[in-house]
Amino acid sequence: MNTSVNGAPQWHLQPEANRTLVTLSGDWIAQEGRTPAFPAGALKDVPHDEPVEFSTDQLGRWDTSLISFLWELKRSAREAHVNVDTNTLPESAHKLLDLLPEIPPEPTPPPPHHFAPVAAVGQFTLDTLNEVGCVSEMGTAAARGGLASLVGRGMMRTVDLMSDLNAAGPAALLIVGVVNFLVGAILAFVGSVELHKFAADIYVASLVAIAMVREMSAVMTAIIMAGRTGGAYAARISTMQANEEIDALQVFGIPVSSYLILPSVLALAFTMPLLYLYGCLIGMLGGFFVSYIMLDVSPLGYFHETIQALPLDQFTFGFIKSFVFGTFVGLTSCRIGLKAGRSAADVGIAATKAVVVGIVGVIALDAVFAVIANVIGI
Amino acid sequence: MNDTNTQMPSTDDRPVMISVDDVTLAFGSKVIQHDVSFRVKRGSIFAVMGGSGCGKSTLLKSMIGLLRPTHGTYLVEKDNYWAGDDASRVHIGRRFGVLFQSGALWSSMTVGENVALPMQMFTKLKPDVIRQLVELKLGLVGMLHAIDQYPSELSGGMRKRAGLARAMSLDPDILFFDEPSAGLDPITSARLDELILNLRDGLGATIIIVSHELSSLFHIADDGIFLDADQKTAIAHGSPRWLRDHCTDPMVHAFMHREQLDSSSPAGNG
Repeated sequence: MNTSVNGAPQWHLQPEANRTLVTLSGDWIAQEGRTPAFPAGALKDVPHDEPVEFSTDQLGRWDTSLISFLWELKRSAREAHVNVDTNTLPESAHKLLDLLPEIPPEPTPPPPHHFAPVAAVGQFTLDTLNEVGCVSEMGTAAARGGLASLVGRGMMRTVDLMSDLNAAGPAALLIVGVVNFLVGAILAFVGSVELHKFAADIYVASLVAIAMVREMSAVMTAIIMAGRTGGAYAARISTMQANEEIDALQVFGIPVSSYLILPSVLALAFTMPLLYLYGCLIGMLGGFFVSYIMLDVSPLGYFHETIQALPLDQFTFGFIKSFVFGTFVGLTSCRIGLKAGRSAADVGIAATKAVVVGIVGVIALDAVFAVIANVIGI
Repeated sequence: MNDTNTQMPSTDDRPVMISVDDVTLAFGSKVIQHDVSFRVKRGSIFAVMGGSGCGKSTLLKSMIGLLRPTHGTYLVEKDNYWAGDDASRVHIGRRFGVLFQSGALWSSMTVGENVALPMQMFTKLKPDVIRQLVELKLGLVGMLHAIDQYPSELSGGMRKRAGLARAMSLDPDILFFDEPSAGLDPITSARLDELILNLRDGLGATIIIVSHELSSLFHIADDGIFLDADQKTAIAHGSPRWLRDHCTDPMVHAFMHREQLDSSSPAGNG
């Protein structure tokens, strides 16, 4: 056995008359990773009426790794019904060991994992329906707050509405412009390859115009705003939740629906149609840019063809769509923010969820609109 | 425990401001506190005491309208707080001022705007009158210099004082404080205590404090209740000073004297 004072941690069990002696030697330093484990059954043969004592004359430096070893020893001594005389340990080790419970707590069993697809689907449906109800209720409350504001008895501050409008409108112009320009350009690229075969280059203009106005601008703008503003709303409201700021509003009796949610939803519902219109124009510009460079299309011809291809009611449909998208993104992201938990992680989860629900919801709503348009024949 | 002395004899003949009767608080099926009853006299400083996690703050939440009790009644003078609809609760709650644990200032607004918002929402005062009142309230708590600062620029103690100014913005006659001195240095904490006493004496407000800061409680509170986490109910009633000197319940005694519980008692074997 290694008995050098500065060597590896060593222990040795030795039966003596009237007692069992555990000799500890060497350095017991946790970070050196050399701590031996105490074998579970090592105290099985020790007589019950004789105490286990310690000899620590050769013990070098030690830290919690020694305590951990002694704790294991103490626990197996308890199982073997043997007494451990901790007074023979160094005073500080003895005190630390006394702080530890003799019986470690039972590990909490992992939650039972049932595979119950029917129950899961049912729960999901119920939750979703419940959420739809909550969002509608919140929307109604906000709308009522909006009406109250119109007659001058509302709880919405103009300054909040203005700052939300600025964040959702002018501040988003650049990114909405860039994306819609590129979408228009891509449409023109794709169209020009096929149309050129038929020498129908000029119809690129109508392709881009109809695609942008009918679908692309409304959907792309709504997706951008869901990621940009919807995520921001959810993060802002869930942070307020974590800081007890929402509680403070409620205690003062300031209704969250009209003070906090109404300006956010109004801002999105109002700016989204305008951004849509802006997106349409920029998208057509992108289409023109590509056609002008790649195809033999004159600017005037492109302009003329665009005007020809676009009846004005196409814009109305897009306007209605983007208003609905804006309201939807605003309401759902506020709801997700309000429902979030109170930790930093919950803020991140809420923001992620708001973006996902926003994007998926916008695309799903767009599909619904497509069906409606098909039925009523627009 | 029949011989334990856990109820301070009442000599206070001031009218009752708040009565809580057999209130039970629970999250789902998990009961936090059950059958809690007490009276708060007008103009008194009432302490809700107890160890960490015993449900003090939850009780406070139910008293300011953030958590509906599963059972029991809560009267503010003659008004039954939880019996009415939202509008009646908001109406009764207009008498409340709350200082949250972290201050809970609205972070998108300056300190001055925080204090002004409730006045803008609920009064028809002109902006310059509001400004004057805001300055007054911030002056009372010694925060006038920070009127145009944002909450993120303030220290913890300053946030609490600003939160106190906001709690007072509608001149409430019942003030609720959630751990007012938690996380404050002794000097700031002592100043806050003086401020609370001055508010009570000057404005005649009834004050309910949730705290386990003993030195502060001995100094300011004149009545109180002790909640226990194991029994999940109130185990002693009386002012902190009286509980310290006369209460014979081992848990309360240990708490009031900053001692460890005797290891022979059930709580000691953890």
